[in-house]
Amino acid sequence: MPRESLIEVEQVSRYYGAHLAASNISFTVHRGDILGFLGPNGAGKTTTMEIISGVLAPSSGNVRIAGHDMAAAAQQAKQHIGFLPEQPPLYPDLCVDEYLLYCARLRRLKKSALAVAVAECKARCGLEEVGSRLIGNLSRGYQQRTGIAQAIIHNPSVIILDEPTSGLDPIQIREIRALIQELGQGHSVILSTHILPEVQGICNRVLIIHEGRLVLDQGLDLLHKGADQTLRIRIGLHTPPDMAELLALDGIESVELMDDHRFMLACNTQADATAMIVHAAVSRGWGLYELVPESDSLEATFMRLTQGDFPVQGSAREDISS
Amino acid sequence: MSVILHISGNELRRLFKSPLAWIILAIVQFLAAIFFYLLLAQFMNPAGSGQGLTATVVAGTLQIAGIILLLVSPLLTMRLFSEEHRHGTIKLLMSSPVSSSELVIGKYIGITVFYLCMLGMITLMPLSLLPGTELDLGQLGSGLLGLFLLMSAFAAIGLFISTLTDQAGVAAVSTFAVLFVLWIINVAGNSASERMAQVFSWLSLLRHYDNLLNGMFNSVDVIYYLLITAGFIILSIWRLDARRRHG
Repeated sequence: MPRESLIEVEQVSRYYGAHLAASNISFTVHRGDILGFLGPNGAGKTTTMEIISGVLAPSSGNVRIAGHDMAAAAQQAKQHIGFLPEQPPLYPDLCVDEYLLYCARLRRLKKSALAVAVAECKARCGLEEVGSRLIGNLSRGYQQRTGIAQAIIHNPSVIILDEPTSGLDPIQIREIRALIQELGQGHSVILSTHILPEVQGICNRVLIIHEGRLVLDQGLDLLHKGADQTLRIRIGLHTPPDMAELLALDGIESVELMDDHRFMLACNTQADATAMIVHAAVSRGWGLYELVPESDSLEATFMRLTQGDFPVQGSAREDISS
Repeated sequence: MSVILHISGNELRRLFKSPLAWIILAIVQFLAAIFFYLLLAQFMNPAGSGQGLTATVVAGTLQIAGIILLLVSPLLTMRLFSEEHRHGTIKLLMSSPVSSSELVIGKYIGITVFYLCMLGMITLMPLSLLPGTELDLGQLGSGLLGLFLLMSAFAAIGLFISTLTDQAGVAAVSTFAVLFVLWIINVAGNSASERMAQVFSWLSLLRHYDNLLNGMFNSVDVIYYLLITAGFIILSIWRLDARRRHG
């Protein structure tokens, strides 16, 4: 089923002076996508998000939001965008109600819709009780929520959140994640984060950006499926045997020496590798003291792509929509 | 259009929420009142200059008010854009369906309304003479127009300089320097050739203001202020667009 594409990023590059912050980035986001944007610090995540939201202009390439070109029809395109920057864009000397009202007006909401919009987004972000308090006096968590409220007040079809859960306590993080999932149903959401489990928890697609280049664009289900063929297990042995002896075990595909006592095993998921390793270790007296299944395939992928050399995009790119 | 007014409204609201605006209103009024009183006392002195009431007291007060405004104006305009950049709220404005021109004009209108409040309060002083005596209302009007145009120019210059830096303090000091140079530039003309002296003296904010204070309404003076104001507003719009592209 073809879905409406809300964000189209075409070969966007951005220079800061001579420094290339984003290089030839292209991707498409459809309605209903929740896109996790990952990358080490300084990889170009924020630059890319600011280009999509119209805060920065790309040095080359173009962005279309809901069919409107960001350069040619900025006003129509921006009408569809809700953006939460890394630092929430708040006026500390306004109270929450005044601030949200101003944001709604900046987004050109109709006068009759203002009160409803403010009340609705306050309810969604749990801000009902702080409406008349000065933003500058709110805690970090409430400020962050006000920032999110500002991004969704005009019910935009594209919501861009730069690290939306930073500074929140665990309960608030859960609430915000639930809110993002709810938003993802009717809109498209891009969120950047450093917390990998967060992406696995709420996103259905992941983009990894490294040194300004897009190195992965894949649906999370595909990512799991690809990784499920082999299971990686880290083991620690007091009296380790030869590598060859480990490799000879049933279902073990490769063995990697991590230090004197620890090994990384790649096992075939068909065999019950864990039980077999434990059995062998006990019966042959290897002194097993550690066994950690590295089930976190996203983290493994992230590490692989952002550390050391790798080919650009190419085989890693698979658009789930196609 | 309405979004421009909302931006102005927000600017004014935030200005009046800060103690700075109130303190500036109070200080300007206080200083202007002192000079108003001194000039009035001078006029009442039998050995006065022989000039009329309007020329001595009203024009004198407005001239002093111009100098006081030159001193405080940088403090009012320094926050306009530098603070938006510093707090990151510029990203809210830039990702909203609002163009750079709407943004700059909105903010400019906001600060100008504040200057109008200040002008209104200063005007009350000469007006307080009306019950007791007659004033040359034409000269008063032209003086007030001059002060208003002067304020518009101050505001536009300050607005532009605040787009150049993220630091409010830097914006304030730079604005002060620029205003001061534009104010006294005709002094530089004294030592230069006659032609240069004319150019410098034409550039001076002071000279055009003096004409209006003396009741001489010359369209050149008005156009001078309008050019400066419009010029710096356009520069601010360019600057915002450039920041989006290169900043």
